[in-house]
Amino acid sequence: MLAYYLDMALRHCRRSKALTALVVVLMSVGVATCMITYAVFRATAADPIPWKSNQLFVPQIDSFGPAHNWKGEPPQLLSYTDAVALLHARQARRQVLIYGSKWTVLPGDAQHLPSSQEGDAVSHDFFAMFDAPFRYGGGWSVSDDDQRAAVVVISGALNQKLFGGVDSVGREINLDTHNYRIVGVLDDWNPSPRYFDVVSSYYPFSHPRQLYLPFSRAIDLQKAASGNFYCSTNTVDPDLPNWDSVLHSECAWIAAWVELPTRADVERYRDWLHNYAAEQQHVGRFAWPPNVRLSDVGQWLHVMKVVPKASELSLIVSVSFLLICLVNVVGLMLARFMRRAPEIGVRRALGASRGAIYRQFLTEAAAIGLAGGVLGLLLTALGMAGVGHVFEPEVAGMARLDASLLLLTVLAAVLTTLIAALYPTWRAAQVQPAWQLKSNG
Amino acid sequence: MAAEVERVKNTMTPIRPILAALRRHKMATLLNVLQIALTLAVVSNALFIVKTRVVHLSRATGTDEAHLFVIKNEWIGRPDAPHIDAQMRSDLTTLRGLPGVRNAFSSEAYPMEEGGGGLVRIKHRVEQTTKAQLALSYFADEHALDTFGIPLVAGRNFRADEIASLGAYDKSRPAVIIITRDLAHKLFPDGAAAVGQRVYLSDDGPSTIIGLVDRLQGGYAGSSTRSIDEDTVLVPARYASSDDGAAYAGGTIYLVRTQPGQLAAVLRSAPAALLAQNRMRLISAENGVITLAQARTKAYATDRGVAIMMGAVCVLLLLATAGGIVGLSSFWVGQRRRSIGVRRALGATRGDILRYFQTENALIVGIGVVLGAMLGIAANLSLMTHYELPRMPLWVLGVGALLLWLLGQLAVFGPARRAAAVPPVEATRSV
Repeated sequence: MLAYYLDMALRHCRRSKALTALVVVLMSVGVATCMITYAVFRATAADPIPWKSNQLFVPQIDSFGPAHNWKGEPPQLLSYTDAVALLHARQARRQVLIYGSKWTVLPGDAQHLPSSQEGDAVSHDFFAMFDAPFRYGGGWSVSDDDQRAAVVVISGALNQKLFGGVDSVGREINLDTHNYRIVGVLDDWNPSPRYFDVVSSYYPFSHPRQLYLPFSRAIDLQKAASGNFYCSTNTVDPDLPNWDSVLHSECAWIAAWVELPTRADVERYRDWLHNYAAEQQHVGRFAWPPNVRLSDVGQWLHVMKVVPKASELSLIVSVSFLLICLVNVVGLMLARFMRRAPEIGVRRALGASRGAIYRQFLTEAAAIGLAGGVLGLLLTALGMAGVGHVFEPEVAGMARLDASLLLLTVLAAVLTTLIAALYPTWRAAQVQPAWQLKSNG
Repeated sequence: MAAEVERVKNTMTPIRPILAALRRHKMATLLNVLQIALTLAVVSNALFIVKTRVVHLSRATGTDEAHLFVIKNEWIGRPDAPHIDAQMRSDLTTLRGLPGVRNAFSSEAYPMEEGGGGLVRIKHRVEQTTKAQLALSYFADEHALDTFGIPLVAGRNFRADEIASLGAYDKSRPAVIIITRDLAHKLFPDGAAAVGQRVYLSDDGPSTIIGLVDRLQGGYAGSSTRSIDEDTVLVPARYASSDDGAAYAGGTIYLVRTQPGQLAAVLRSAPAALLAQNRMRLISAENGVITLAQARTKAYATDRGVAIMMGAVCVLLLLATAGGIVGLSSFWVGQRRRSIGVRRALGATRGDILRYFQTENALIVGIGVVLGAMLGIAANLSLMTHYELPRMPLWVLGVGALLLWLLGQLAVFGPARRAAAVPPVEATRSV
C-alpha cells in the first residue's frame, strides 16, 4: 500500500512540479537555517562536564556589602582572605582556587624566541576536580602546595612546541626567569565554555591555558591576576601600595570551586558558608548579615550569561523563519490537496476509507519532507562553511556537523512537513464523494 | 459630476465580492494573512537589528586609523620601574627616528581594543556625594595628540616635564589632563568652558583640564557599546611595570603613526628595531603587532556577523513569502477558472480580472500588515527587555509594510495575468 501511495504522490508531483519544488525548497531552507544556528547554539550552551556538573559548585561570599555589591548579589570572585579560608577549611570533598596570569616562557636554546603564555595558578585538587586528562605524569601533591614548590603542569600543545611532544615529565622549564619542574603534561583538553574560570578570564570560549602552577607559589611570587580584579570601596582608584595590601584588601579576584557529591554535602556546605559569613560579621569584618550563594555548573553558566547574545538571537530568528515557512507550507499543501478533490472523491466512492485518505496524504507529506530534509542537509553543510563569517572564530570553530545533527536535520524536515500537512489532510479526508462526483458530472 | 462618480465606481474594483470569495476560503486566507503578519514582525525586527549594528560598524574612533598600528610589548625578567621607564624612553626615541614613522607614544590601551585601558571616575569636588562621571583613560605624553592624529580644539598640549612614571602599585594623580568634547559636555552641561577647570580623578589632588579634543574613542568600544565610549581622558603618564598591577596590565603598548604609504614597511621594521635595542622583551609573533584596521575588523566582527545573518534571513523570508503568495494565488486562479470565464463572458475586461486579484492581494497584505505591526511591536518589546535593544521606531514597520505590499503585488502579478488570460468560453465548460 505504501508503494501505491508513493507512486500516486510521485505522479502528482510530476503534474505540479513548481508547487512541489516550492514546498521542498521552503522546508529545506527553513530547516537548514535552524540547524546551522542550532549547531552554534548547542556548542555554546552545552554542558561542559555533564557527568559531574551537578556536583561542582561555586561559592560566593558577599564581602562588599549592600552598599557596594551589584543589586544585592555577592561578587563573582572571592577576596584572598575568603578564598584561603575556604581552602583551609576543607569542608568539601575537594576545593580549588584559581586565578589567571601571564607568564614568560624563556627557551633554553637560542633558536626559540621567548613567548608569553596564559597560565592558571591553581591549588592541587584542580586536576582531579575537573577530570583533566593527563598524557604524561600527573598533578602535584598537597605538600607541593604547602611548600610552594616550583612545579608546573603544561598543556599538550606547549609540550609539542617546546619538547616535540615527547614525555617531558621531570624536565625543567623557565618561567619568568625561574626554573620549574614539569610534573605532568595534559592531553588535548579544552572544555567549552571554560566554565571554571569564566569570570577571571573574561571570555569563556578562549584558547586553553598552557600552564598550571601552584596557587601558593604564584602568591609568593607576587604574581598579579591578569583577569578581573575589582574592589568594594572604589573600583577605580584602589589604594593598594604593595602586594601585601592586595592580599589583605577587600578586592575580589580569585575563583573558587568546591566538589560536593551528595545533596547532604551541599546542604552542609551551604550551612558552613553561612556560618563563615556570620563569623566574619561577628568579628566585625562584615557589617551586614551573611549573604552567600552556592551555584552548580549549570546555574553558574546561566548567571554568567555564557551563551553569546548573537547566538541566542540567531536561534530565535531562525526558529521564527521555520515557523513562517511552516505556515507557508500549510497553505501550499492545502492548495495541493484540495486541487485533487475530484480524485479523492473517486477514491472514496470506490471504497477507500477516510483512514486510507489520511495515510495516503500523510505518506505524501512525509516523502516531500524527506526530500526537503535531504536538500536541507546539503544547505546545512553549505551553511556550516559560512558560519565563520557570522560568528566569532572561537565560537564558529566549535559548531560541528556530526551524525546527530544530520539525523536531526532530516527528522526536523519530515516532522515539520507532517505537522504542516495535518490540517490539509484533514480537509482532504472531509471531501464528500457524492458532491465531487456530481459536480464532475 | 454624477457621470464622474459613475466612472470612478467602474474603474474601482468593488471590495464586496472579494470579501465574499475570501469567506469561502477562510483557512487559506487566514494562512496568507498569518504569513504576512509573521513576516512583517520578523523582517521589521531583523532590519532594525541590522540598522543598529551597521550604525556601530561605522563609528569612527576619531583617530587617523589608516596610518596607525600598535605594538604590544611585554618585559622579560621583571625589571624594576626606573629601568622600564628608561627603556620606554629610549624605545620611543628609536620608534620616532625610524624612517616612515611620523610619531609614536606609549599607552596602556588602544582604540577598539575591546577592554584594557583604565576606567576613571571624575568628581567636581573631593567631598562630592553625587555619582562621579565615568570616563575611559589613555596614558599619553606630548606626542600622543599628533600620533592619534587628533587636533586640539582648545587649550594646550602636555609638556614633556608633565609626564609621570607609574609603577604597578602607584596611584595615578595627574596634575593636568586633556579630555574630549563629549566628556566636557557631560562634566559641564551648562556649557562653561572646560579648559582651565579643576576636577578630581583621585581624592589626593585636583587635575586641571588643559586641553580639549574633538573626538577620541576609549579602548572599550566595539560591537558592545557604552554611553562612555566617547568620554575619554588623556592622562600624562608612562606605565612602567612588567607585572599586571591592580588597575593596569603589565607591559606597554606603543602606538605608532606612519607616514602615508609607509605602514607595511614600518610594521616590519618597528618591532625589529625594538628587539635590536634590547632583547629582554616579548612581542608576540601572532598578535603582538596590530594595525587599527585589523583591530576594527576584530572589534566589529560580531556586529558584522549579526548584520549578515539578519540580512540573509530577511531576504530568504521575503522570497519564501513571495513564493507562498505565488503558490496560493495560482491555486485560487486554477479553482476559479470557471467563474472567471463567466465574468469575462458577462463583459468584464482583462483589466478587471487583473485588478480583482491584485486588490484581493492588497487586502490580504493589508490585514496581515496590521496584525504584523502589532506582533512586531510586541517582539521588539520583548527583545528590548532580554537583549537591551533600543525601541524600534515606527518607520521601520512602515518600510517593512511597504516592502511586503510591493512584494505581494509583484508575486500576484503572474497568477493574476494568467487569470486575465482565461477566455470567456471557459464559462461554457463544465470543469
